[in-house]
Amino acid sequence: MQRERAQTIYEKSKPGRRAATLPAAEVPEPPLEELIPAELLRDEPPRLPEVAEPEIVRHYNKLSRRNFDLDSGFYPLGSCTMKHNPRLNERVAALPGHARLHPAQDPKRAQGALELMWLLQESLSEICGLPHVSLQPSAGSHGELAGLLLTRAFHADRGEERTKVLAPDTSHGTNPASVTMAGYEAVKVATNERGGVEMDDLRAKIGEGPDQVACLMLTNPNTLGLFDENIAEIAGLIHEAGGTLYYDGANLNAVMGQSRPGDMGFDIVHVNLHKSFSQPHGGGGPGAGPIAVSERIEPYLPRPQVVRRDGDNGHGPFFDLDLERPKSIGRLRGFQGNFGVFVRSYAYILSLGADGLAEASETAVLNANYLKARLAEGRAGERLPVAFNRHCMHEFVLSGKPMKRELGLATLDLAKRLLDFGFHPPTVYFPLLVEEALMIEPTETETKESLDAFADAIERILAEAEDDPGVAKQAPYTTPVRRLDEVKATRKPVIRQPL
Amino acid sequence: MTRYTSATPADRAEMLAAIGVGSTAELFEQVPEPLRLDCPLKLPEGMSEAEVFERLSALAARNVDAEEQVCFVGAGMYDHYVPAIVDAIAQRSEFLTPYTPYQPEISQGGLQVMFEFQTAMSELTGLPVSNAGLYEGPSSVASAGYLAMAATKRRRFVVSRGLHPHSRETLETYAVGYGAEVVEVGLSGGETDAGALAAAVDGETAAVFLQSPNFLGAVERVEALGVAAKEHGALLVVATDPMTLGVLKPPGEQGADIALGEGQPLGNRLDFGGPSFGFFCATEEQIRRMPGRIAGETDDVDGRRGFVLALQTREQHIRREKATHNICTAQALNALAAMVHLAWLGREGYRELGELLVRRTVYARERLAAVPGVELLHEAPVAREFALRLDAPVDRVLERCAERGIAAGYPLGREYPEYEDGLLVAITERRTKAQIDDLAEALGAAVATERGEFPVDITEKSPQGVG
Repeated sequence: MQRERAQTIYEKSKPGRRAATLPAAEVPEPPLEELIPAELLRDEPPRLPEVAEPEIVRHYNKLSRRNFDLDSGFYPLGSCTMKHNPRLNERVAALPGHARLHPAQDPKRAQGALELMWLLQESLSEICGLPHVSLQPSAGSHGELAGLLLTRAFHADRGEERTKVLAPDTSHGTNPASVTMAGYEAVKVATNERGGVEMDDLRAKIGEGPDQVACLMLTNPNTLGLFDENIAEIAGLIHEAGGTLYYDGANLNAVMGQSRPGDMGFDIVHVNLHKSFSQPHGGGGPGAGPIAVSERIEPYLPRPQVVRRDGDNGHGPFFDLDLERPKSIGRLRGFQGNFGVFVRSYAYILSLGADGLAEASETAVLNANYLKARLAEGRAGERLPVAFNRHCMHEFVLSGKPMKRELGLATLDLAKRLLDFGFHPPTVYFPLLVEEALMIEPTETETKESLDAFADAIERILAEAEDDPGVAKQAPYTTPVRRLDEVKATRKPVIRQPL
Repeated sequence: MTRYTSATPADRAEMLAAIGVGSTAELFEQVPEPLRLDCPLKLPEGMSEAEVFERLSALAARNVDAEEQVCFVGAGMYDHYVPAIVDAIAQRSEFLTPYTPYQPEISQGGLQVMFEFQTAMSELTGLPVSNAGLYEGPSSVASAGYLAMAATKRRRFVVSRGLHPHSRETLETYAVGYGAEVVEVGLSGGETDAGALAAAVDGETAAVFLQSPNFLGAVERVEALGVAAKEHGALLVVATDPMTLGVLKPPGEQGADIALGEGQPLGNRLDFGGPSFGFFCATEEQIRRMPGRIAGETDDVDGRRGFVLALQTREQHIRREKATHNICTAQALNALAAMVHLAWLGREGYRELGELLVRRTVYARERLAAVPGVELLHEAPVAREFALRLDAPVDRVLERCAERGIAAGYPLGREYPEYEDGLLVAITERRTKAQIDDLAEALGAAVATERGEFPVDITEKSPQGVG
């Protein structure tokens, strides 16, 4: 990777240099003050960099080489589903009929786009086992907020106002954050010795006030990579209390074509198209977080909703944006959602089909269990025991507690040393209930050889640490920069280039 | 095997043996039997790459895009030219395929782009603090509401009717959740009614929301309107269009506490509405209440300059229910596209583009207002978009223009019943003088025909619309 000292584009700027040439105005060019009152005009243009095109290209190419990426190597980041991003999907998303379609285009001139959205809705509905889908939320956490607002609307429509949302202590941080944003109180539910919801604690938390329970948010399989065997009973308890059951779809990659959240009793599911459905992650987005819901939640779905209307006079069906939704929670964002993401994910669903999706999940589970088995051998088996010793689904969690105790090596050190071996580390220090946690999700698109190489690297790092733990504690060595002072960046934040 | 998996039958056998099971079915036994699907999903079988391409091309062909129609539609998203280097850089694997930069040592490229982006957005808006981007425009407005509530401990928002209708509606959707009231203030002469605004703001008001240029294209007198907010200790939130900030006074110089908006015009394609990004800038006081990722500069153990995610103690993965926002995955790649576009424009290019938009917009406004049956909806100053009134049914006029290959604008009646006769026309650098003149001619013909003034309509030679 590129190791020169970092220089920003602003530091490469010199007055007078430029890249853009613009078309001539072709129209009269009076002074601007004659067109807009002077007090509404800017005194000086913003200090954007002044750089010619060749140097802009070099600058960003160099920067790109200071990034690790999925196309370059194994990326076993738990709960993030870093599966291959097919280039076909980029090609079809870039077709002018998609890329240059204005979002306010009259539906009759956007039939292809609306049909694509409707087809994606139908596909996700089938995969989730729930009858209705809104594509509008922009990411998983946006879907969570949508689900909680739907829950509020559902109860309000019945004259109820409930205050509490339950979620296990293993839940993603977005869950409790969404709960607060939606105006509810977050209540934690404990985890049992098999890694599932502690049923006695769940009963107790419900028992404190069943009429106050708005919702239970659950990830299944959960962030430990374990399927909660009690899901039917959990659903029964929540529904009996009058609450809704929300499925955080971050881990849907374990169960596509194998099991469906709707059949498990969930009312609302969000789907991360940037995880299970191959949208590239872009270094932190874009994504999309469509939601699938049960019949009783449907009236409250965000507007607009994409609908298929029967054609008249022998015409084919007409696809439309339905704005007349009197009980709708309203909009969650502008226009219709992240359509470019929908195109890629629909292309992915078409590519794999029913069998391919089921096989993707099956292989994801096979790969995870194989890597778990490999890491149960040798030094890893001793120093990095699996947190819950049973078959996992698409991911699993190890604990670095013995490694820390016996070798003085923290999970963070192991993660940083993996960088020198060319691997992206697993998710670390999450879920919170596992000490020194490493959460590993290989996905179905990795080869057995990649998994073996990763297991071998862990073994070598642990062997190296037995001789000299100092090596890993100072790692990494080969990256564009070494360990960074994150405390300084928060205490005295420098968040822009002084100009 | 699908074409994206690699496990051969031999691999599978070895892997199953290592796990100690006879089949993958055993691994799925943790799913209670009644919940295991016993039949395939009701979806089509997988297709070859070529077939998928053809299928999606066929769908794309049923849309009328801005290559087929000359696009004067804006209303929040605009048909700007995206320079070639934006695509070339944004499609690089190293930017396209990484996750959020949780491991900064191998994410310096993405983190530095965020830092450069934050610098640029601070320059554009005139506010010192910028995040690395949110989902898009309207949800950024709703996020500002959440921040304002935390900052003021108040639960009332005063909102101009000039704020994008989608932003107003999104703010209301969110406000139901976090328990705030939204009060709307009307427009007068295209601009926010200053008297009504002053009367609506009180000591319980958390924030005043304006947009400039507003939805009708009018450049608002933000500083004067903001006085009411200042007097009552409410935050002033200003939504703006980044393509106008090369020439218009930035919100930060007009008293805004928060400046935000839809980022699509910078380096992002139309994509039928997304993905794009929202930008979000604020005063220093709000830095620890900001939503979203923020990159910060620091040093590594060898003293080398580097970048990390700063102020993470605001975020959901650390603070959970006490986080300032729930956002996780946002729009990093879209913000990168914006940064490359801004670097390409550069300081002078950015100003020149802003001037070009103003001049062509003023030209188009005068040209169209001179068409019989067309008049200005308001006379406030405009920068890139303006509103007209038509003396003919807007939908029918739009249909006639569409038949001539022109998307003439956005029918205001869709969102504003009081402007049933209104048409919103947007200008970008792609809209040439010749195209503007064509629009004037088409609009004139369409209005005249609808008013029954032309016995023969030239558009009737080609009655085959699309759809």
